[in-house]
Amino acid sequence: MAIAEPTIESPAPPLVTRLHGWVTTVDHKRIGLMYLMMSLFFLVLGGLEVIWIRMQLWSANNTLVEADTFNQLFTMHGTTMIFFVVMPMIAGFANYLIPLMIGARDVAFPRLNAFGFWMSLFGGMILYLSYFTGEALYGAGSAPDVGWFAYAPLTSPAYSRGSSVDYWILATLVSGVGTLTFAINLIATIVSMRAPGMAIGKLPLFVWMMLVDAWLIVFAFPPFTAAQVMLLMDRHLGAHFFDTQAGGSAILWQHLFWFFGHPEVYIMALPAFGIISEVVPVFSRKVIFGHTTLAMSTTAIGFISMGVWAHHMFTVGLNDGLDAFFSAASFLIAVPTGIKIFNWTATLYGGRLRLHTPMLFALGFLSMFLIGGLTGVMLAAVPVDWQVSDSYFLVAHFHYVLFGGSLFALMAGLYYWYPKATGRMLDETWGKWHFWLQLIGFNLTFAPMHISGLMGMPRRVYTYQAGQGWEIWNQISTVGGFVMGAGFAVMFVNLLWSLQRGRIAGDDPWDAWTLEWATSSPPASYNFETIPIVRSRRPLWDKKHPEDPDWIHE
Amino acid sequence: MSETIAVSELSTPQQPCPPPDSVTLSATRVGVLTFLCSEAVFFATLLIAYVTYRGATLHGPTPETSLSLPLAILDSVFLLSSSVAIGLAVKAFDRSDVPRFTRWMLVTIVLGSLFLCGTAYEWYQLIVHDGLTISRNLFGTTFFTLIGFHAAHVTIGLGVMSLLLWKRRRGDLAVDSEAPEMVSWYWHLVDTVWIVIVLVVYL
Ligand code: HEM
Ligand SMILES: [Cu+2]
Repeated sequence: MAIAEPTIESPAPPLVTRLHGWVTTVDHKRIGLMYLMMSLFFLVLGGLEVIWIRMQLWSANNTLVEADTFNQLFTMHGTTMIFFVVMPMIAGFANYLIPLMIGARDVAFPRLNAFGFWMSLFGGMILYLSYFTGEALYGAGSAPDVGWFAYAPLTSPAYSRGSSVDYWILATLVSGVGTLTFAINLIATIVSMRAPGMAIGKLPLFVWMMLVDAWLIVFAFPPFTAAQVMLLMDRHLGAHFFDTQAGGSAILWQHLFWFFGHPEVYIMALPAFGIISEVVPVFSRKVIFGHTTLAMSTTAIGFISMGVWAHHMFTVGLNDGLDAFFSAASFLIAVPTGIKIFNWTATLYGGRLRLHTPMLFALGFLSMFLIGGLTGVMLAAVPVDWQVSDSYFLVAHFHYVLFGGSLFALMAGLYYWYPKATGRMLDETWGKWHFWLQLIGFNLTFAPMHISGLMGMPRRVYTYQAGQGWEIWNQISTVGGFVMGAGFAVMFVNLLWSLQRGRIAGDDPWDAWTLEWATSSPPASYNFETIPIVRSRRPLWDKKHPEDPDWIHE
Repeated sequence: MSETIAVSELSTPQQPCPPPDSVTLSATRVGVLTFLCSEAVFFATLLIAYVTYRGATLHGPTPETSLSLPLAILDSVFLLSSSVAIGLAVKAFDRSDVPRFTRWMLVTIVLGSLFLCGTAYEWYQLIVHDGLTISRNLFGTTFFTLIGFHAAHVTIGLGVMSLLLWKRRRGDLAVDSEAPEMVSWYWHLVDTVWIVIVLVVYL
């Protein structure tokens, strides 16, 4: 009898071993996936909080939650969504994709990469541990209730007794360190680990935009860290940075916070732009229109976004000269952003559009982000801002940007790259259900806020009087919130179901052109057997069309 | 097996391989440079806070009444010469002159420690004699935060240098290691920050 062939398929290792493998991994792809899972986990928490918010606002004089609880809910919601949903999702995509897109085998510092992830996760855990402090150490405790911007002097020991603000500080500080290491790693990877031939001008646009994004992180996060350190000093060592009684300044906090906070908005938006710049051409079957202008306008946005922070402070009472300067700078940022919208639209124009789910989300992004951008320009006009700042109009604006912009694009990315990471396609029918529920729910939720805002409804109020005409708009919003919740539920079902049952994807299911599709799905731990050589911006096109490669034309 | 690309598939044989980018910085260098940028921004923020509140102090010790310029100058001499010393150490390391490297590293560590002693003496004077603390007034708040973070960076630098020397002794430091030069970059930044501090705080 012949000797049995040695089996290559070894039985799956026990669960503990597999989990141990994940916890100790330094593979950029696994770390990327862990970031994404973390993000989806916190999306559920942030979503539950907002469902409470919306139910409380259903009717006038509602008593579902107390005022204090409401303050905690919107603080936790905002903090969670920004630091523990959108940021980790961005880090997840970047970690997973960038080495693949630039033809590298890993990131520059794999262990630092793992460190960054765990810091982010610990940050999130710290934030939520605050809920368990109850009547804690100093008597008050419980979740932070000072808003995601934690304005002084509300955060001073006098007005925020207990440790809830400390939880907020530590959570954002620790995750901020994680984000910074992520950015440093990314820059080192992109600058020095590109495949031969991939000159900086040949980078895929997602990679290019993430490079600018990482630089924004490097310049915007340290001031925030410094501000948080100062606040900790105030709270625990009796320092007076933000203590107006001793000559300190509440405005300094606002400057430092928004010097971080405004670029942060673009840190969340640029990756979205990058994803759109990958998805739109592939599903239009056209070369992206204006590769260079897209890259250059990104750089311009990076620079300008560092100089507009005080448009969040028009109502503080800066002097007129400053208001005028920051207003003008804010208008200016609409120019490179407009260029981008123009480029994407021009790519769509005359294309053979394939309306698969990733493309639907990309189109959703384009229209929603456009609305958010337009209200942004309105807000940059000082007199308008004086009228509607801190009203629901503002809430509508930044949700159209952050949610309609960032999150829609990230969803496009999820549907686009899921097959690469799992080897299976997400289900199209459920994908379309998800998309329509989310689009309709989103507009139901946030469009009415423009109106209630203009009618004078302030943000962050836990209830309101009847008879002001706000009720109907709030009810539409609440219904929209539930519709959107249903959309996300469909998404989770789809993610899990397709993992087992989804159609087998193959290496290149969308017939795309960038390097990540050149390797297997999911890629082996070393990414590429041989490092590819790149000659154009669409290396895979060159391979598929040797008779008409791109580099002839570039 | 799934399809993976071989070099030849993506490149066209008739075309010569494009030359690699002319300037290639190692990932370590880029990473350290980026990190130092973030450090610089961090210190810039602390400095801005200091400048914002300069002259805002109404009661108690002020920079004019408490700070000693000669001490700051002495400290500067220590720190600036330590930057030179670490530069010489790196040079020696590049020429694989290990004894020289060790000697200059030790000089750097000693000078850095002297600097820290100067800071300690200054703080002793301020706290015990002038009664200036972080909670006394805005000057104390901003001064101790800024100088404290700088001194912490010096301390960390000294720790890393000692680690380097220790690894060298155990033979764990590869001859082509970039670590000594990276530490020297960090040290130069700490030194530069100090120069700015002297200009802003002590002059
Ligand atoms: C990516 C998704 C989201 C992000 C990044 C996000 C971000 C934010 C931020 C930063 C705030 C400001 C919090 C504050 O004023 O202190 C906020 C408030 C709010 N969000 Fe969201 N959010 C997201 C999703 C949602 C969803 C799904 C809903 C509703 C179903 C929602 C409804 C609200 C409401 C009602 C407020 C106002 C709270 C208030 O200021 O009174 N958000 N959100
Ligand atoms: Cu802004």
